[in-house]
Amino acid sequence: MKTIVKITDLSKTYESGQQALKNINLDIYDGEILALLGPNGAGKTTLISIICGIVSASSGSVTVAGHDIISGYRITREMIGLVPQELTLGAFDTVWNTVNFSRGLFGKKPDAVFIEKLLKDLSLYDKKDDELRELSGGMRRRVLIAKALSHEPRILFLDEPTAGVDVELRKDMWKLVRGLNESGVTIILTTHYIAEAEEIADRVGIINDGELLLVDQKQALMRDLGKKHLVLEMKQVVESLPESLSEYNLDISADGKQLTYTYQTHGNRTGITALLQSLHEAGLALKDLKTSQTSLEEIFVKLVRRDR
Amino acid sequence: MNIQAIRVIYKNEMLRAWNTLLQSLASPVISTSLYFVVFGAAIGSRIEEIDGVAYGVFIVPGLVMLSLLTQSIANASFGIFFPKFTGAIYEVMSAPISFFEIIVGYVGAAATKSLILGVIILITANLFVDLHIAHPFWMMTFLILTCISFSLFGFIIGLWATNFEKLQLIPMLIITPLVFLGGSFYSISMLPPAWQTVTLFNPVLYLISGFRWSFFEVADVSVEISLAMIMVFLACCLALVWWMFKTGYRLRQ
Repeated sequence: MKTIVKITDLSKTYESGQQALKNINLDIYDGEILALLGPNGAGKTTLISIICGIVSASSGSVTVAGHDIISGYRITREMIGLVPQELTLGAFDTVWNTVNFSRGLFGKKPDAVFIEKLLKDLSLYDKKDDELRELSGGMRRRVLIAKALSHEPRILFLDEPTAGVDVELRKDMWKLVRGLNESGVTIILTTHYIAEAEEIADRVGIINDGELLLVDQKQALMRDLGKKHLVLEMKQVVESLPESLSEYNLDISADGKQLTYTYQTHGNRTGITALLQSLHEAGLALKDLKTSQTSLEEIFVKLVRRDR
Repeated sequence: MNIQAIRVIYKNEMLRAWNTLLQSLASPVISTSLYFVVFGAAIGSRIEEIDGVAYGVFIVPGLVMLSLLTQSIANASFGIFFPKFTGAIYEVMSAPISFFEIIVGYVGAAATKSLILGVIILITANLFVDLHIAHPFWMMTFLILTCISFSLFGFIIGLWATNFEKLQLIPMLIITPLVFLGGSFYSISMLPPAWQTVTLFNPVLYLISGFRWSFFEVADVSVEISLAMIMVFLACCLALVWWMFKTGYRLRQ
């Protein structure tokens, strides 16, 4: 896949001495949806802010479509749209003016037809003459998205886009993100809601304490790091396990009616066939069985804990 | 050059002035009119002519400069401080725009507003006194240079200020006293010799003196020095704002 954003040995230490990023290396591919997961203060916003030109890096480099973000800032910034985490908007501008302002700021000529369509897509058109201070939080979030999309960027950064957003707007937002992605826009979103990353992203990067712990395809991440649980519902109550089953480390439920076997999904041999054989030989009959996979959240928590 | 960006910043700033027309124009015009009534008519009628110019007429250039300086600083400092305060500045910082283009947009709009204000105050003054401008070209030159340089100075204050108190600090504690003590309402020849020397260290004196010369051909200091001083001030402001953008001072962490 073609790399559109290349981050090399990127570090950032603020004047306060806080090291926000530690030697980050990351390739973002053209046309993908990448979710950067991490707890508050992990360095997600700093990383995005450096790429967009709001924060200066202490060391390292970033290129966008092959252009350095410092020496080629005009080209790189034209390609990028940013939806910030905070509802950072003026108060007295109208929706129409502020979105047109953003388009002009990024060097694009006025295009009333495009802006009208954009506002309609975001259900903002009937509010176009309202002042920003009159809008609700959700509407202001939509305005920020409209501003970021006003210059038709190739790459869109969404920094915690669903923080404090209601269910309806969240659904609309994901629909919009998917639509943009289908039209070729590369999406990078930060979130600490694992469910969001699981739902929408192609790849997931996990950041903690300024370090990029892992970046991988979502499915691969869950496959490689994920464990599966095989829950066996027994016909009779099992009070203790026979010696022949000790190697499987089975957990017995409190009522003795369920046995749980945990296994790695990436192994060639899961041990399930042997387990079932052993159970049969031990005279234990099954009533039912089911499997469940470790969620991204469990993987995330495990990685962050390991990092600490 | 990102012409579209300059256009939208300029337009946005002018629109802000239009939305606050009462505050932007009416307020300085009313306060200047009050100065004419108090100093020009009430007190001025009891004061002798200065360098052959009636007192009510003599104070016109000083009053224009007083409004111009304070309004240039206020317009430009608020224009950049408010987006910093709300956080909306992120958009300008992430846009494909150079520091020079940002300055042309913000300072250009602030200077335009001040220039319009200066002309309106001159028209207002003409209603109170019989005003004659000896050198219209130089009058406009001083007017434009003052608007640009003090808008630039205001822009620097807006970048520097971290709260509303700091935004008011320099205009209130430094600029207003300098304007009042820079010969707005008197010729420095009216001061004792020691104070005349002290006044020569006040940069605003050179602005008012040069501007007054363009009206009446009388000046406290030579016109060339006045012009040189305003150019030096402009160059200093440009150098400072260039350094602020280069280092990202209070803009980019």
